[in-house]
Amino acid sequence: MIKTQALAREIRISALKMVHRAKASHIGSALSIADILAVLYGEVMNFNPTDQYLGSRDRFILSKGHACVAVYATLAAMGFISRDELATYGDDFSWLMNHISHKVNGVEFSTGSLGHGLSFGVGKALSAKIHNEKWRTFVVMSDGEMDEGSNWEALMFAAHNKLNNLTAIIDYNKLQSLDSVSHTLGLEPLVDKLTAFGCSVHEIDGHDHHLLLEGLTSVSVEKPTIIVAHTTKGKGVSFMENRVEWHYKNPDDEQLALALSELEVSHA
Amino acid sequence: MRNAFIEELIIAAESNENIVLIVADLGYGVIEPFARRFPKRFFNAGVAEQNMMSLAAGLASEGFHVFVYSIANFPTFRCAEQIRNDVDYHNLPVTVVAVGGGLAYGSLGYSHHAVQDYALIRVMPNMLIGSPGDPMEVRACMRYLINNPQPSYLRLGKAGEPCVHNKIPEIFPGKWLKVREAGRFGKTYLTTGATLDIVNQLLITNSDLEHYSHYSMPLWSMKSKEHQAKQIEAFDKVVTVEDHLMDGGFGSWLLESVSIRPEFLIRINIKALDSKVCGMVGKQSTLNAEGGLVRANLCI
Repeated sequence: MIKTQALAREIRISALKMVHRAKASHIGSALSIADILAVLYGEVMNFNPTDQYLGSRDRFILSKGHACVAVYATLAAMGFISRDELATYGDDFSWLMNHISHKVNGVEFSTGSLGHGLSFGVGKALSAKIHNEKWRTFVVMSDGEMDEGSNWEALMFAAHNKLNNLTAIIDYNKLQSLDSVSHTLGLEPLVDKLTAFGCSVHEIDGHDHHLLLEGLTSVSVEKPTIIVAHTTKGKGVSFMENRVEWHYKNPDDEQLALALSELEVSHA
Repeated sequence: MRNAFIEELIIAAESNENIVLIVADLGYGVIEPFARRFPKRFFNAGVAEQNMMSLAAGLASEGFHVFVYSIANFPTFRCAEQIRNDVDYHNLPVTVVAVGGGLAYGSLGYSHHAVQDYALIRVMPNMLIGSPGDPMEVRACMRYLINNPQPSYLRLGKAGEPCVHNKIPEIFPGKWLKVREAGRFGKTYLTTGATLDIVNQLLITNSDLEHYSHYSMPLWSMKSKEHQAKQIEAFDKVVTVEDHLMDGGFGSWLLESVSIRPEFLIRINIKALDSKVCGMVGKQSTLNAEGGLVRANLCI
């Protein structure tokens, strides 16, 4: 897991630099999913960065499109886009817009409005079933996003149609846009709800690479898989962790230096 | 119209394995032949239009041409953002099919009156609107869409509409389809959707209107606006007729299309439904008449 740990650190560092330079929001949401992305791209998914439309590739969809810097950083580390390109994030006319964009190499689907990605992934997974193909579809979602009714429609359809080639990862960092999840629209008992909807549910620490690997590689006989990943918003930067304001704020020069130094030390 | 639709879909699906039909738990007595013939390419998404539309986009992104079928406003307004973001923005071949266009479900109440759907769909840059006026135009629209898969909206009536055309016409987006020609540089009606038959009947039964030509527009879109001024140029007066509100409708679309040729603006006369029909219940013919689609209002 050394490889994925290094990848997660690169994702966090790149994401911080991008958000700092562009004075953009959502760094907390991006840091939250860095480990999930590192294990997915570092160990689990099949893809070829020089052939982004490879038919047998696994499909990845970021439904919480506001965390796009983490995915752009991952795609750069994997070779879909150049690391230099990351510096254009947020510039006028840049492909790297502030919500994930399908105009970027390696990105399947643009999101930004919540509650679209899982249903789109259901369509991808259904396509693989119709064609009897083996590739899998992975969708990373936010916890606040589970407020959207469309996601529950999608879960019903996925379970009814036995889409065991679909895995959704819920980034359960317990904070949404204005307040905690429990103070907004409580999701609990989330695992019970998802299980009752007909999904195979794995509840894990979303920063533990071994557990992520185990969850992301397990496939049910006929149920869609949901990983309820307990995470920390802002993970890896002490002063950003579990703070609602880092859904919006961007670090100044001093805060960036401090954040980067924390990441160097903690992963050294 | 809906029977012509499903017949054309089945014919196409025989040779085109990419055609998929998804319904939102509607289509009783219409979709069964497709479902029986192509069980692996037919899905009932349940009463869940938002998921249906996004998953249709997901399927389309893998090479399928997906037909999504429901009635009235359910496959449009209920999932408007899914059409906007997932289908139109990604430019994916999903054809949204709504049965009960205009006031076809007049007695079912306002929830089932599709009189604002053009307004919603025509502001999406990649969407092509198919609004056929008779079963022949339905077949023509289907053949065009199947040969040119793209984000699209097909607005159908119900069943039992008379054929105005005696054969399947050749159609193209934004191109006026001749129904009858009374001579150039005169006056013409330009209809879309179910008003094809209303105006056809009007012209057949009123000899004093014999100097009017009649054209139909079964395919139109934001992109095909640029072809309108040239076609308007040949007429002194163009009377548009639609079973939709004026706001955001077909006649308004035509007016916008000549903003580059403002001298044509006064040639266009819009006949659309009065908003007083919103909330009325009754037969389609009754409500269309109440809304202004009657001789007294349509004769200029």
